[in-house]
Amino acid sequence: MIRLSRSFYNGIIDHARQEAPRECCGLLGGRDYEVERAYRITNTEPGVTRYLMDAEEQFHAFRDLDERGLDLVGIYHSHPATQAYPSQTDTSLAFYPDSVYLICSLQVPEQPVVRAFRILDGEIQEIPIDITEE
Amino acid sequence: MAIKVLIPTPLRRFTNDQASAEVNASTVGEALAALDAQFPGIQARICEPDGRIRRFVNVFVNGSDVRSLGGANAEIKDGDEIGIIPAMAGGQ
Repeated sequence: MIRLSRSFYNGIIDHARQEAPRECCGLLGGRDYEVERAYRITNTEPGVTRYLMDAEEQFHAFRDLDERGLDLVGIYHSHPATQAYPSQTDTSLAFYPDSVYLICSLQVPEQPVVRAFRILDGEIQEIPIDITEE
Repeated sequence: MAIKVLIPTPLRRFTNDQASAEVNASTVGEALAALDAQFPGIQARICEPDGRIRRFVNVFVNGSDVRSLGGANAEIKDGDEIGIIPAMAGGQ
């Protein structure tokens, strides 16, 4: 399970909407799979069907996590026009088996869907999202 | 003094969970080869067979992306710190 507050959850959806039709991407830091901090990262891919996080922003986010004693608990991106499920590209480029991959779908724009997965050696396992109210 | 190489979590299975290692080298490529001598197999996860750094791996020297410093040929000196970070990428 990954636990995040309503504001972090809504923040992912807001980010996805702001970047659409391009994909958004970002990182979630925390402890014991509870999100305490979110980092919006620039998507350096030029098209609308891929994301590649800006390397230096990613590096600085990792540094910040280390300095705060937080773990990388989640990696999120959006699927502006398809379902919230890892694509073949997502699966083949999932280099962080200890992190939860969150995908925000805007396939039905007025009904965004966020789902969470673990991806290990090509195997996809959906995990629950616990949204805490503030 | 040597070069410190920070090992990212996804590659620690090559290093028996060690988070960093020390090598002696004068270029990034030499440092990665020296790392591979300590932890066989790790270099192939970072570099192409011709030595270029893989597209989906980012290597930093003291916080700067080595792609802007000459890639594997980037020069390094004692006390420098090399960070290796697999890219985060995907898409629908």
